[in-house]
Amino acid sequence: MSDHTKDIDQPTGVETTGHEWDGIKELNNPLPRWWLYIWYATIAISLVYMVVMPAIPALPGLGTNTRGISNHSDRDVVAAQIAELRTERMAAGSALVEASLEEIETDRTLQQFAMAAGESAFGDNCATCHGAGGRGAKGYPTLADDVWLWDGTLDGIEYTLRHGIRHEDDVDTRFSLMPAFGKDRLLTSAQIDDVVAHVMTIAGKEAHDAASAARGAETFASQCASCHGVDGTGDRTLGAPDLTDHEWLFGGSEREIYTTVYNARNAHMPAWGGRLDDATIKSLAVYVHSLGGGE
Amino acid sequence: MSSLALKRGGADQSTWIVSGIVGLFAILSLYIAANATDRMMGVHALMFLAATIVWLVATGMWAGKLGTRDPFDETKYEDTLVKMGVFASMFWAIAGFLVGILIACQLTWPNLFYFEEWGWTNFGRLRPLHTSAVIFAFGGNVLLATSFYVVQRTTRARLFGGMLPWFVYWGYQLFILIAGTGYLMGITQSKEYAEPEWYADLWLTIVWVAYLLVFLGTLWKRKEPHIYVANWFYLSFIVTIAMLHIVNNLSLPVNLASSKSYQLFSGVQDALTQWWYGHNAVGFFLTTGFLAIMYYFIPKRVNRPVYSYRLSIVHFWSLIFIYIWAGPHHLHYTALPQWAQTLGMTFSIMLWMPSWGGMINGVMTLSGAWDKLRTDPVVRMMVVSLAFYGMSTFEGPLMSVRAVNSLSHYTEWGIGHVHSGALGWVGFISFGALYCLAQWLWKRKSLYSVALVEWHFWLATIGIVFYMVSMWFAGITEGLMWRAYNEFGFLEYSFVETVEAKHISYIIRMAGGLLYFAGAVIMFYNLVRTALGHERINQPDSAPAASNPPAAAALQPAE
Repeated sequence: MSDHTKDIDQPTGVETTGHEWDGIKELNNPLPRWWLYIWYATIAISLVYMVVMPAIPALPGLGTNTRGISNHSDRDVVAAQIAELRTERMAAGSALVEASLEEIETDRTLQQFAMAAGESAFGDNCATCHGAGGRGAKGYPTLADDVWLWDGTLDGIEYTLRHGIRHEDDVDTRFSLMPAFGKDRLLTSAQIDDVVAHVMTIAGKEAHDAASAARGAETFASQCASCHGVDGTGDRTLGAPDLTDHEWLFGGSEREIYTTVYNARNAHMPAWGGRLDDATIKSLAVYVHSLGGGE
Repeated sequence: MSSLALKRGGADQSTWIVSGIVGLFAILSLYIAANATDRMMGVHALMFLAATIVWLVATGMWAGKLGTRDPFDETKYEDTLVKMGVFASMFWAIAGFLVGILIACQLTWPNLFYFEEWGWTNFGRLRPLHTSAVIFAFGGNVLLATSFYVVQRTTRARLFGGMLPWFVYWGYQLFILIAGTGYLMGITQSKEYAEPEWYADLWLTIVWVAYLLVFLGTLWKRKEPHIYVANWFYLSFIVTIAMLHIVNNLSLPVNLASSKSYQLFSGVQDALTQWWYGHNAVGFFLTTGFLAIMYYFIPKRVNRPVYSYRLSIVHFWSLIFIYIWAGPHHLHYTALPQWAQTLGMTFSIMLWMPSWGGMINGVMTLSGAWDKLRTDPVVRMMVVSLAFYGMSTFEGPLMSVRAVNSLSHYTEWGIGHVHSGALGWVGFISFGALYCLAQWLWKRKSLYSVALVEWHFWLATIGIVFYMVSMWFAGITEGLMWRAYNEFGFLEYSFVETVEAKHISYIIRMAGGLLYFAGAVIMFYNLVRTALGHERINQPDSAPAASNPPAAAALQPAE
């Protein structure tokens, strides 16, 4: 620190502090006024906020934390908002629970409410597998078309929603099992090849070997027709798919069908009965029914 | 205190002490390797064992060749370590950026970059690898290297402790390896930015205490009457990180040979401790540490005095006092009591100007040398870093306001905010300092190519803008979508729809990261050529002259 001679920095004309480290000096500039005043302002604003809102913790023997002069509490605000929403929904919600599905579809107000609720619930619960808008994915049926594995009526959809498919914790679940013909040695590889050739024929595709397809027809009649029907049009009471349409849940190529017959594919859907309330399940049934293929 | 390095010639006391500690760890890791209750712990114990054996053998060979030479000559600066730190920083930067790009791709094209067979490539494992690599490996090595350089120059004393700084350097690299391989194997204690398990934490604690000793010891034997402002900032960083690290990692291992431990705190106390840690890791690792870099490298590079001594005092003390209370703003509208949220928010607002003090002091230091912004891209990089610092330290208090936070929290806005600070402030000030160090340490007239620095600067700047803007857009979009209700009071959008809405932003973010990465690769090349002593013939005249005094000459007694 040089007390006698002032060290003035040349271009700025400001005095330095007289210290120097590795050639670095420091100017003796004051705090920028604007900086200081904005800082004071933020402190003032913060103090006001702390007076208005809860800010001081509960100290031993002094009861609860301060609630501020606004007596504000997030917890109370949220509770009030939820109560308000409940009351608003109560009217439409209880009407929904009491009405039959058919009544909901014919009552315009109820239907709009159910559609809004259903769409919202579908997005967060169903779209994960069935895709946004029910567009489906490999292994997860498309809900926006008129191909139904089990039941496409309003009541049928509600039943599926409530009890699920092959959901073993629900005794009323929709249930059926296709045997794994190859894995469990019910058919030989050659027999499966023949059956696949036959399925390709009835599906309107080209089987590369007509003789094989003819042999397959016999196997089909003895092994598959009991569920999929003699003509392969399926059976909805068993959830056995129609093999003659062009919809293939697990793929319709020769190789994919072979894999299906060899391993069997028994997809699952959880039962939503205990997880969503009645109004939501009904809304979902109405929404899914409206997607394009409702019967 | 400097008795450790007093003996002249041959391996000194500090070498024996450090090797003793390392030897102890060799025995300990052998024991754990033999008794490990899980395979991951076995792997890590063997890694520790290998590292300690390599250390002991290398030290033995080195000491055998010493003869009468004093390896820790007090009349010379310890610069070899700083040189190694420069390249360790660049190595980890490139590794960390690369993982960042990979996880950005995973978010953008989740099916394309999902490898079922390789669990270690899962996003959940790569994400902490990215954050730790850029913050602790890249940022940490920059802080180690620059602090070792700066504290020696500004005290005119060699680093304290002889072998101790070498232990700090290599011990820290070992911690990074243990942490990183742990994430890939699935070891985590599930605390953001504090994922490593108890044994890695303990090792880091030992390394960190050694670091504190080296730093304090060097200050103790300084030949300058006063302590330079950069060293206050470094010291606050080292001390506070030690405190945060220890408290947030208080846990009890299942047994001494298991990689699993249980936290001391639970529930909302755990959450508050975690964000007290998490927020102040930003405050004291990524802010005060890098402000220390700014306070040395900007005045040194532009050859101008620091703008205001008074401002540096006021903003230093207000910054460290206020920062430590602001953590609860990470827990707005949660189970955290509302009064604590109020404190977190108000302290964040009051923090705005103390943060800006550093920016003002840095930028105004250019008074009288503004032309250097045009002529020296290294200076421009450091000044632009201050601009990003100013922007994100304004954005931070803004986002801590509860009403704003209810929109911004959990959205990509937070990611954008972090990266404008990380890429813009921390990245750029580090790049600036590393460019300076490469030129000064290897005593070059200029960098290999100033034109390549220009390329680096512009690629990285455009990359940051891509990153920030796309994340603002994505964050505000999804924030608004989350809170949209239809006329019946049901949510308008499902979660997956809000994810789909971000796809384009994700692509732009990934492109921004790619540009930033490209800049870093160019820099790495430039630094290697500079270190090798190559020089482009067509250098612009503006290439800044080296301002490195010969180390021995600089160690003259104080006036």
